[in-house]
Amino acid sequence: MGCAIIARFEAAAEIMSKTLYDKLWESHVVHTEEDGTALLYIDRHLVHEVTSPQAFEGLRLAGRKPWRVSSIVATADHNTPTTHWERGIEDPVARQQIETLNANIREVGALAFFPFKDKRQGIVHVIGPENGATLPGMTVVCGDSHTSTHGAFACLAHGIGTSEVEHVLATQCLLQKKSKTLLVRVEGKVGAGVTAKDIALALIGKIGTAGGTGYAIEFGGAAIRALSMEGRMTVCNMAIEAGARVGFVAVDETTIAYLRGRPFSPKGDVWDKAVAYWRTLVSDEDAKFDAVVELDARQIIPQVTWGTSPEMVTGIDGMVPAPEDFSDPVKREGVARALAYMGLTPRTPIQQIKVDKVFIGSCTNSRIEDLRAAAAVARGRHIATNVKLALVVPGSGLVKQQAEDEGLDKVFLAAGFEWRQPGCSMCLAMNDDRLSPGERCASTSNRNFEGRQGAGGRTHLLSPAMAAAAAIAGHFVDVRELL
Amino acid sequence: MEKFIRHEGLVVPLDRANVDTDAIIPKQFLKSIKRSGFGPNAFDEWRYMDHGEPGMDNSRRVRNPNFVLNQERYQGASILLARANFGCGSSREHAPWALQDFGFRAILAESFADIFFNNCFKIGLLPIVLPKAELDALFGLTEHTPGYRLTVDLPGQRVIRPDGHAIGFAVDAFRKECLLNGWDDIGLTLRHEEKIRAFEARRRVEQPWLFV
Repeated sequence: MGCAIIARFEAAAEIMSKTLYDKLWESHVVHTEEDGTALLYIDRHLVHEVTSPQAFEGLRLAGRKPWRVSSIVATADHNTPTTHWERGIEDPVARQQIETLNANIREVGALAFFPFKDKRQGIVHVIGPENGATLPGMTVVCGDSHTSTHGAFACLAHGIGTSEVEHVLATQCLLQKKSKTLLVRVEGKVGAGVTAKDIALALIGKIGTAGGTGYAIEFGGAAIRALSMEGRMTVCNMAIEAGARVGFVAVDETTIAYLRGRPFSPKGDVWDKAVAYWRTLVSDEDAKFDAVVELDARQIIPQVTWGTSPEMVTGIDGMVPAPEDFSDPVKREGVARALAYMGLTPRTPIQQIKVDKVFIGSCTNSRIEDLRAAAAVARGRHIATNVKLALVVPGSGLVKQQAEDEGLDKVFLAAGFEWRQPGCSMCLAMNDDRLSPGERCASTSNRNFEGRQGAGGRTHLLSPAMAAAAAIAGHFVDVRELL
Repeated sequence: MEKFIRHEGLVVPLDRANVDTDAIIPKQFLKSIKRSGFGPNAFDEWRYMDHGEPGMDNSRRVRNPNFVLNQERYQGASILLARANFGCGSSREHAPWALQDFGFRAILAESFADIFFNNCFKIGLLPIVLPKAELDALFGLTEHTPGYRLTVDLPGQRVIRPDGHAIGFAVDAFRKECLLNGWDDIGLTLRHEEKIRAFEARRRVEQPWLFV
């Protein structure tokens, strides 16, 4: 009898305790189909020029109207140039896409629109948070896989395709099946010169680019708690590179402090009410996850990728591997192909690899903290003679302004870097910022795929401080030696 | 959306893991504001010897003879055989659009990236996850048997080899129903319009800060 009661009590406790994912999910379910496919209500819809035109056109062709335009925050970022704004957009195909966005938003409306050249224009995943348009507990969608970035605010943030963009415009809902949950716990404290980017790359190195497929990742542990919101955004941004469509961090004082006073953050009594709710956006202590991965922050050193997938990564003290190090034939073949593409010889120490270009920017690493970290390394130094171009592209007009207020632009310019206008730029090279075939780039972006930064270009992913260090040295170098 | 019930077609093997969406359709083609016409530029960097840009006459470009999709024996293929983590990378639906426009109706792989997988269902391109051992066998059969064809039977949830061997696969009931009928998701969702409105009205009261 006594045992039965205990068992029942335990069962009840298990039902009661929820992960943050459960809470975010359950609070947005409008309807569930028999097979578990749910209609999730969408609070925030971020829109940019590349993945939206076909969705707006689809809506028009079907004679439908957007459900709630006040959920929309739009900007132009992927295609915009980062120099000579006075000339406008010279590429006629890009210009048409941006003009199409302007026309669509003019027609339907939005909560906020930061068009090309607006002082608050920027990368969609930078402008949402900095304007307080990304708030804890929201579902956030955008036709861009790095929407996971917004999970830093305890949001359920999904990258979606264009059909889904149209679906959200028309219905304010997204059809989704619940994912499994993965807790990534990073305990301990990272050493000086080791950043959120290194945590993200070390994780991907450990679990692989498909390690998180089918999971929603919650990032936790002391090393995550110690990160600023900028750092958390970097980690959540890279969740997709680990295969997870969503990644998030629970609300704490850091979250709340960041949001206070932002343009779209709640004010007055509503702020207090919102904060009280936001504080519930944590996993319950005894919540169960489907899987747990643990990393020791003290073991993480600055990371650099050597191949054409973010999982092809090693510490700065490492070497380029050889295909024969891998037993799985598909993997071995993949490594051989990657090394051929990257123009690398097995067993080359990472620190001996020279770079031609450096890119500091992207939705992963273009926020003020990233620019400060890079500037700290660049200050009083100069880029190496073999570095043809070192670009610093702030994530938004506001980030750019703040960096200039702090004098960071002068630091970069004095060190030989170029200081550009905000946008996605050389992360995906849709504009003129790109690599030429065979050029090697130290990049703070998120993908080192073949051709990503320009056809034939060779990308090595790393943190802003490490990128700045590579620019100064002309090859990869341990930034901890420069601090 | 195009219906998918049963499809029989020529198979082409793309024997590499982690085929990303940048490889499937490079970024320069994403500047289009249309949904169609991406097929000639599917796998552009692997398929052609030169660098492709929008507006080029692709029929005049030199093809890479080593790329499997260019080989004579695979012309007209409509079933793509792939490896793990196919479609990783960006959320661009241009990737499934390009594959569909190229002529593919189904992709068989060990695993798919989530967003790509989801995007395929929205346009009637069927992504099928198969066990590695079955895929290994299919790669061998395809490479060693000229004109190797497979049948994909969605109602029966089976991939059927010419020797009669059938490989079962899983598909969500809701997605299956949508594919079999060619249903438009939006129309389906709008059947729940009242529920959405009620949910929204409640949310507006409980979390007013979301509705500025």
